[in-house]
Amino acid sequence: MSASSETIERLISQDYKPGFVTDMEADTLPPGLDEGVVAAISARKQEPDFMLEWRLQALRHWQTLSEPTWAYVDYEPIDYQSISYFSAPKVKEKPASLDEVDPKLLETYQKLGIPLHEQERLAGVAVDAVFDSVSVATTFKGKLAEAGVIFCSMSEALEKYPDLVRQYLGTVVPPEDNFFAALNSAVFSDGSFVYVPKGVRCPMELSTYFRINAANTGQFERTLIIADEGSHVSYLEGCTAPMRDENQLHAAVVELVALEGAEIKYSTVQNWYPGDEEGRGGIYNFVTKRGDCRGRKSKISWTQVETGSAITWKYPSCILRGEESVGEFYSVAVTHRRQQADTGTKMIHIGRNTRSTIISKGISAGRAQNTYRGQVQILKSATGARNYTQCDSLLIGRQCGAHTFPYIEVKQPDASVEHEATTSKISEDQLFFCQQRGITAEDAVSMIVNGFCKEVFKELPMEFAVEAQALLGISLEGSVG
Amino acid sequence: MLNIQDLHVSVEDKAILKGINLQVAAGEVHAIMGPNGSGKSTLSHVLAGRPGYEVTAGSIQWQGQDLLAMSIEDRARSGIFLAFQYPVEIPGVSNIYLLKAALNAARRHRGLNEIDAMDFLGTVKEKIRSLNLDESFLYRGVNEGFSGGEKKRNEILQMAILEPLLCILDETDSGLDIDALKIVAEGVNALRSSDRSFLMVTHYQRLLDYIRPDHVHVLAHGRIIRSGGPELALELEAQGYGWINSPDAGA
Repeated sequence: MSASSETIERLISQDYKPGFVTDMEADTLPPGLDEGVVAAISARKQEPDFMLEWRLQALRHWQTLSEPTWAYVDYEPIDYQSISYFSAPKVKEKPASLDEVDPKLLETYQKLGIPLHEQERLAGVAVDAVFDSVSVATTFKGKLAEAGVIFCSMSEALEKYPDLVRQYLGTVVPPEDNFFAALNSAVFSDGSFVYVPKGVRCPMELSTYFRINAANTGQFERTLIIADEGSHVSYLEGCTAPMRDENQLHAAVVELVALEGAEIKYSTVQNWYPGDEEGRGGIYNFVTKRGDCRGRKSKISWTQVETGSAITWKYPSCILRGEESVGEFYSVAVTHRRQQADTGTKMIHIGRNTRSTIISKGISAGRAQNTYRGQVQILKSATGARNYTQCDSLLIGRQCGAHTFPYIEVKQPDASVEHEATTSKISEDQLFFCQQRGITAEDAVSMIVNGFCKEVFKELPMEFAVEAQALLGISLEGSVG
Repeated sequence: MLNIQDLHVSVEDKAILKGINLQVAAGEVHAIMGPNGSGKSTLSHVLAGRPGYEVTAGSIQWQGQDLLAMSIEDRARSGIFLAFQYPVEIPGVSNIYLLKAALNAARRHRGLNEIDAMDFLGTVKEKIRSLNLDESFLYRGVNEGFSGGEKKRNEILQMAILEPLLCILDETDSGLDIDALKIVAEGVNALRSSDRSFLMVTHYQRLLDYIRPDHVHVLAHGRIIRSGGPELALELEAQGYGWINSPDAGA
C-alpha cells in the first residue's frame, strides 16, 4: 500500500469508528419497513427535509415493485419485513482480543498479509488508540482541502453540502430505476461523497476501508462521485477481508457523474463472505453501479475483482452521453463452492463518436455458476460509436458452469460493435506440466488464473493488483485435487 | 542413480509395461527405441509420476529413494525433468514467469534462497541465445502460439535453466525439421556432463545421429527385448521393427 492510501484508510476508520458502536446499540430499529422506519432513519441522521421526502417517494415506489427474477441465480425468497433497516447486520459481541476471534478468520488475514493491528481492527476487536491520527487527519484533510476536493461520508455531505447532493443525487440511478435501487434510496444509511472541482486532478487515490465499517452498520450504502469539468479522480473501493456475517442483503448504489473532459476511475476489490461449502450463509450482493459521462470527452472506467458474496447481481454501467466520451469495464469475477454471480455491464452509447471497451473474465470452480450479462446499446444519435467486448470464461473442475448473455442493440448503422468470447478449462495436462516443473497444483492454478486475468489486473492500481492476486489464490484454494 | 526393477504398469487394467529392468548411472545417455505402442511413453510418464498409470509390480529407486512414493513436484525438484512430446500451452502465463517459478521451487527444495531477479535474467538471456531463440520468446505465454519446433526448443530451454540430473526426452525429435533437430541436439549436448544422465525415448535413429547414446534398448510389448551400444540403433535403422514380432525375437 502506498503511504497516502494507508493514511486515508486510517483516517476514515478513525473518523467513523468511535460513533458507530454506541450509536448502534442505542438506535437499532426493529425489523420491518414502512414510512415510520424511513422517517426514523432520516431523523436519526438529522437530514434536510428534501431528503426525507426523497426517501419516502422511493419507498412508495418500491412498494409497487417486485423483485427481479431474470438473473441466472437461485435463492430462497427474501422477507423484506424481517430485516432491520438501520443496523441491519448483526453486530455480535465485540471480541475483547484476537483470542476470541474465529481462528479460521485469523488464518485468512495472515494469508492476506494483513498486519496484526489491522487484523484486530478488521475483526472488530475494540482496540482504542491504535491509530494516533490527529496529525494524520490534518495532513490528509489539508492536502485534499488545498485542492478543493470534498471527500466525506454521505451524512456529512448532506449536512455540509446539501445543495450539491440535491443537484446530483439520483440523477444517474433514479430511485425508481429498479427494485434494489428503490430500496436503497429509501433506507440508505451512509456511504461516501466525492466532489472534485473544475480542472483539479485529485492529489491522491481516494481509497477506503470504511466499507467494512459501513457493512457493520448497514448494508445500504450510497456513493456519489462528481468529477467537474476537466477533473480527474481515482477511487478505490475495497474490502480484502472476509466477513463473518451470515446471509445478509447488501444493496448499494453507486452514482458517478463525469462532466466535460473529466475522468473517473473506480476500482473495486470485493471479497464479502461467500458462504460455506454447502452454500450456507454469505452475502447477497445486489448492487446498482452506474456512471454518467455527461460531458464531452469525459471518461468513466470501472475495474472490479469480485471473489466474494454468495450471490452477486451487479452491472456497473456507463451512459455515454457526451460526444467522444469513453466507457470502460474490466472485470474478474470468481465463483467457487456454491457461489452464484450474474454480473456484467451496460454501455449505452448516446453521443457521437463514443467508445466503450468491455473485458470480462469469469472463473468458475466447485459447484459455482458464473454468468456474464452485458448490454451494448447504440442509439440512433451515436454516429461513429464503437464498442469492443471480450468475454472469457475459465472453468476449473467438472461441476461448475459459465454462461454468457450478451445483448447488443444497434440503431446506428455507422457504429462498430465487436464481440469475442472464449471458454477454456484448466486441463489436467496443464497441471501435470507445471507439477513436472516442480510447481504445486495449487500454485499452478493460481498462476494460470492470474495469467487469465492479466488484462484486468493491469488496470488496477498497483497495490490493489497485488492484493487481488493474493485474493484469487485464497479464493480458489482447494479447487483442485 | 536410477534403478528400475521388474516394473509392471497398467492403464485402465490393461498391462502396458510387463517387467522393465533398467539401470542408469550418472553421466550416461540411454536411448529407448521401439515401435509405436511398445510402452516407451508410458515409461517416461511413470518416471515423472503422471496420474492414470498404475504400477502393479516392481520398484524404482532414484538416488537411493523410492521414486514411486514421491510426489510429482518432489520428483521434479529432486532433478527429474521430462521434456514433453506435446508441450501444453498455458495462455497468459509468460515463459519467464514459469521458468522462474520452477527454478525457485527447485531451489527452495534444496534449501537455497530464491534467485535474484537480475541474475536470473542474465542466465536466461545467455541460454536463450544458445538455443537460437529470440528474447521476445520469454515474454510470450508458455508455448502459446509456438510452432512445433519452438515448443521443443522451449522444453530444452527449461531443461537448461533447471539443470536436472535426469533428463527424459519423450520423442523430442518428432515433428522437427532437420535444422530444428540440430539446434535441439546441440542444446542437449551442451548439457551433457558427468553428473547428468539422459533417457531418450525415440522411434527413429535420426536423433541419435546428433546425440550419441552410450546404451540403446529396444522396447517391445512392454519389455526390453535387446540392449546394446550405439550400433544397435543403426541395426534397427537398417532392419526396421518388423523382426521383433518374429518368434525368436527377445526373451
